Amino acid sequence: MDFISILSIFVLACFVGYYVVWSVTPALHTPLMAVTNAISSVIVVGALIAAAASGLGQGAGVSKWLGLGAVVLASVNIFGGFAVTARMLAMYKKKEKK
Amino acid sequence: MVLQLLSAAAAVSHDAVPDWAMFAYLVSGVLFILALRGLSSPATSRAGNRYGMVGMVIAVVTTLVTHNIASLPEIAVALAIGGGIGFVIARRIAMTAMPQLVAAFHSLVGLAAVLVGWAAYLNPEAFGIAEGGHIHAQSSVEMGLGIAIGAITFSGSVIAFLKLAGKMSGSPILLPGRHVLNLGTLIAILGLVGYFTVDQSLWVIGVITLLSFIIGFLLIIPIGGADMPVVVSMLNSYSGWAAAAMGFTLHNSAMIITGALVGSSGAILSYIMCKAMNRGFLSVIAGGFGAAPEAGAGGAPKEQRPWKRGSAEDAAFLMKEAESVIIIPGYGMAVSQAQHALREMGDLLKKEGVSVKYAIHPVAGRMPGHMNVLLAEANVPYDEVFELEDINSEFGQCDVAFIIGANDVVNPAAKTDKSSPIYGMPVFDVDKAKTVMFVKRSMGGVGYSGVDNDVFYMDQTMMLLADAKKMVEDIVKAMAH
Repeated sequence: MDFISILSIFVLACFVGYYVVWSVTPALHTPLMAVTNAISSVIVVGALIAAAASGLGQGAGVSKWLGLGAVVLASVNIFGGFAVTARMLAMYKKKEKK
Repeated sequence: MVLQLLSAAAAVSHDAVPDWAMFAYLVSGVLFILALRGLSSPATSRAGNRYGMVGMVIAVVTTLVTHNIASLPEIAVALAIGGGIGFVIARRIAMTAMPQLVAAFHSLVGLAAVLVGWAAYLNPEAFGIAEGGHIHAQSSVEMGLGIAIGAITFSGSVIAFLKLAGKMSGSPILLPGRHVLNLGTLIAILGLVGYFTVDQSLWVIGVITLLSFIIGFLLIIPIGGADMPVVVSMLNSYSGWAAAAMGFTLHNSAMIITGALVGSSGAILSYIMCKAMNRGFLSVIAGGFGAAPEAGAGGAPKEQRPWKRGSAEDAAFLMKEAESVIIIPGYGMAVSQAQHALREMGDLLKKEGVSVKYAIHPVAGRMPGHMNVLLAEANVPYDEVFELEDINSEFGQCDVAFIIGANDVVNPAAKTDKSSPIYGMPVFDVDKAKTVMFVKRSMGGVGYSGVDNDVFYMDQTMMLLADAKKMVEDIVKAMAH
């Protein structure tokens, strides 16, 4: 992909984010933060590429370990973020109808 | 020389990402959008969270399938370790500790971004961003920025975590000349990122990383405890921009979409928080608010004024006789874990036929939506919980305003006193209620802003001086009799 198409995706996604987030109800702002935390760990993609690469040259070995470290950190966030969001959301209940 | 030849060979053999994989990343980006969209109401939120999980699985599997995985067992172990830790933390964490948990999670995203950036620097061929051992100029800028933002997110979030967890004093730490120092460091970082395009030596990226760690630390230490909702939102935003910068480096649409979503989400939350305090974003970031007032400066306590103290029995009696009660929780409720006792009190009142509503200020607590989660945890139905602008007109008809652990958000000085530091902040009109009950630890303390509160001294105010949880439990006991 060339730079301009990537930039287009980015700019459009910022606008989507703007409108989507304004529609989030203030009562769910804490779960919003927890879930954005979980999805920003999509950075795990970069970590996996580094960890998966076969070693070429001296930098590659270190790079692989850095990648594995990043996989650990990102997966704490992915599992923790989605699980804690699910836990919070399960608590939001409506009034029981009598 | 040999190294460079090998690298060049690797660059040539590097396959472009196949079309179907690009499409898969796009799908996972769209699923992340749907995850946030679901949060527009509690009813759709759980489905939204599941979309997010599916999106993440698609992104991870796509990456694993499209790369020659030389180390699947190691990756599986790394995922299992991280996933296990994350899962256990998520299950065990107390809801009152949510702000520090979120701050800790932000720091992990930041550190992961730094590690990925370094990995890309050390092995650029694996990422397809280099030719002949030289990283493309554009990629190097993106990488430099990604590392810088990631490092700022990391060290800033660590400080925010320490402050929120009470492991470090919440009061601002003000270094002399800090604005010059911060600005200088930021300029130095940007300059080095530019220089990195021509000189890709190890020291350049090392110094960028180090300076960014330092600036993240310096930016957060001067910011006081109750400004933390803004800080946490801001760091949320940074973690998004860090992911986006890495997405640019890797040409990955899932990362770019997510980064933009998270970045704007955090930015909007910061904006909402600032507006709810009537403060400029820059003034919050500059820090120093909530520092101990200097002796004799404007905030000196006025002369002693008379106030009335009430007992739990009085409060119980008055509320049972009332027709409507509005409860205003604040950070103090979270500190003393009074939410369950509070819900019990609400239930007893409802049994007596009293209308009970909860009123939540946008900046109540230490992060956006903090009070809502605690009330939800205590099984308060979310349709009894109202936002500031939806309920503020009802205080005129309300018999009892029950303030528990809040202070600045009910201070009428914000409406009337132009010299007050909180002037202009939207507040609850509790002074219009027939009776005000103010649960507070003692008369000595003032709110975070350090401003005295006229509500204490009003004729219709009854001060209930005790620990919030204990007081509410006593009221519940008195009501049961």
